[in-house]
Amino acid sequence: MVNIIIWTIAVVTVLGLLLALILYLVAKKFKVEEDPRIDEVEKVMPGANCGGCGFAGCRAFAEAAVKAPNLDNNYCPVGGNDTMTQVAAILGYEVKAKAPQVAVVRCNGTCQARPVVNRYDGFSSCAVKATLYAGDTGCSYGCLGCGDCVAACQFGALSMDPETGLPVVDEQKCTACGACAKACPKHIIEIRPKGPRGMREFVSCVNKDKGPVAKKACANACIGCGICAKTCTHGAITVEANVAYIDPAKCKLCRECEAMCPTGAIHGVNFPKPLDKDAVKERIKLRQQKAKEAAAAAAAAGAPAVAIKKADAPAEAPATAKKADAPAVTKPMEEK
Amino acid sequence: MGKRTFSIGGVHPHDNKISRECRIEPLPLASTVYISVAQHIGAPAVPVVAVGDKVKVGQVIAEPGGFVSAFIHSSVSGTVKSVGPRADLAGRPSVHIEIAVEGDEWLEGIDTSDTLVTEIPSDNKAILDKIRLGGVVGLGGATFPTHVKLSPPPGSKCERVIINGCECEPYLTSDFRTLLEKGEQVVVGAAILKQVMGGVPCTIAIEENKPEAIAHIREVIGKLGYSGIEVMEMKMMYPQGGEKQLIDAVMGRQVGSGALPISVGAVVQNVATALAVYDAVQKNKPIVDNSVTVTGECFPHQANLLVRVGTPLRYILDYLGGIPEEAAKVISGGPMMGRAVANLDAATVKGTGALLLLTEKQTRRAPESNCIRCGKCADACPMGLEPFLLNKLARAKDWDAMEQQAVQDCIECGCCLYSCPAQIPLLDNIRIGKGIVLGNIRARAAAAKAAAEAAKASADAKK
Repeated sequence: MVNIIIWTIAVVTVLGLLLALILYLVAKKFKVEEDPRIDEVEKVMPGANCGGCGFAGCRAFAEAAVKAPNLDNNYCPVGGNDTMTQVAAILGYEVKAKAPQVAVVRCNGTCQARPVVNRYDGFSSCAVKATLYAGDTGCSYGCLGCGDCVAACQFGALSMDPETGLPVVDEQKCTACGACAKACPKHIIEIRPKGPRGMREFVSCVNKDKGPVAKKACANACIGCGICAKTCTHGAITVEANVAYIDPAKCKLCRECEAMCPTGAIHGVNFPKPLDKDAVKERIKLRQQKAKEAAAAAAAAGAPAVAIKKADAPAEAPATAKKADAPAVTKPMEEK
Repeated sequence: MGKRTFSIGGVHPHDNKISRECRIEPLPLASTVYISVAQHIGAPAVPVVAVGDKVKVGQVIAEPGGFVSAFIHSSVSGTVKSVGPRADLAGRPSVHIEIAVEGDEWLEGIDTSDTLVTEIPSDNKAILDKIRLGGVVGLGGATFPTHVKLSPPPGSKCERVIINGCECEPYLTSDFRTLLEKGEQVVVGAAILKQVMGGVPCTIAIEENKPEAIAHIREVIGKLGYSGIEVMEMKMMYPQGGEKQLIDAVMGRQVGSGALPISVGAVVQNVATALAVYDAVQKNKPIVDNSVTVTGECFPHQANLLVRVGTPLRYILDYLGGIPEEAAKVISGGPMMGRAVANLDAATVKGTGALLLLTEKQTRRAPESNCIRCGKCADACPMGLEPFLLNKLARAKDWDAMEQQAVQDCIECGCCLYSCPAQIPLLDNIRIGKGIVLGNIRARAAAAKAAAEAAKASADAKK
């Protein structure tokens, strides 16, 4: 009996040692050489595996970052500049700081502004709803309200406002990973620079219908009238396919377009003071009058060819006039 | 011999053909019609009229915008009021031509009499041209331009023309009434199609729940003395009217994934299309009207109406006494494949075959519960797909896997959704995946084409 036990222990021990030796040799022979920096980079990543960088997850990003010759095309929007500085330190690359970004909902068709014309009782999903028809309001471009973006957000930064029926972005939580923008079948969510102290100006509408049609569907719609583009002295606004777009790189946050927009489709957020529309309008009117007078005076002075040129490009004159009474809010831009 | 049907899947909902006794009656003209330029599959037509132009019934108002496209004709006489975007049945804006109706004056050369013309022109090319100029599209639902379907690619051979009179969707009766009231015209239309395809045999497939139509068409064929045209009585099964299902049922052949019916030697045309072909070829009459079934248990005034293309839905419903209180949804088409109308001010198109009014109780969806792996959806799928799996893949957004599972073959018949005891929105999710997979396939094809062209250009440059 004792013999059997001793033999068993002996055989198992020898077998174990033998197999361990084989395993050791095999591991040695087939070892996969992996850059140790991949693990290091992965450690400093946020670990959300959200895919906001364009790779399948944080490890995939780390592998790509280690392989790439520089970090120009690899940027983690979630970790932001802090994470990227750490990654750059590990890899010995230089990192270009990017302005922090945030998701912006480009639809302000609230329940009051955009009356419901039919009732949807199908499966509650924007993607499904979008395959079936234009939506339950007269606007075929706006928010469908089923909250696919909320479901897509891994950071809890989005929620549906029951009063407006529109998604609301929590700026503190939003990492600008872009998952919501991808999930929205109507493409109303845009990832935009957060702006200095969070201040930004954007057109909160993507309706491409002509003015009267858009206006009929939604009181807050951009009707493509182009007043904003004419008012803007920085050339930041373009109107294409009946929708205005503010280029965040050119916008100086003067809020003149917001004051002039007849439907209230242009939104400014996080400004310290509420917008005094009348004062701004008065300012613009005065400036335009001055420009007109200047043009008339130039025309009277002679050289008609020059006068025509000036009259054609009134934007030149107001730009100089504007500098004198430029609002304080342009200052933060200079800090950048 | 037992009645035939297709070999895989299918469901058998109650047929509810409650408007079967209603004769097709012409609907009085509306005061304004809105004619869409996108009434067919393919490129939208290009308007050729301007605001203020006077038009007559049958006059071309939009020309094809590509190879797969169709002519659009004015369905009324009057003045063009506007050309511009207007919300269609789904609420999506598309270009419509608005015409204010003044009288009912037809374009010269159109034979509006009821006399039956049985003499078929001998020149097939001229016939095809007349079909093209008549704006004929498949009226079974897909609205694919008929002349394109009748011009098979070189190398393929048609062996049988099938006229689809199944009308397998519950409630619909417009094809049934057409067979009964315009049987002669349909049979002559079938004979034209038969001749164009090279005199191959022709089968008119009718489901067993329409015995009057079967008897009538058999009698008409005998009376007109056509040989090679036969009526086949089909077993009731949905979706027998699907092209691939009908070929399987009639010829016992299965069309491969992504292949066209002509690959197995079949050309399928709907009964209403056969009638439109007759009108276009024998009477010079383009598609300006089509029969529309207006029905539903809650709707007291069942009707089969001959409606001019572009008539606003609200006008049709008001003519029949308005929408009843208890009706919750108006569906364009049948209950299985039809879609709820988002906009009653929208106008009918060539393919509008029915308006179905359903009550809240009939349309209510029970809450979704978990999949119990019963496999009913896979049993019901007439395309042999696995809807439960496709649903999971769609939710996981695994489009490549969906393509491997042949989601692009889905005909959106709704059998899976109909048979699911857990009320899972199978078709809703599958449709998303199908759209994306089809987009991916098209993008790949375009990229391959561009690459081939670039390679050819560089090869030419080297020479």
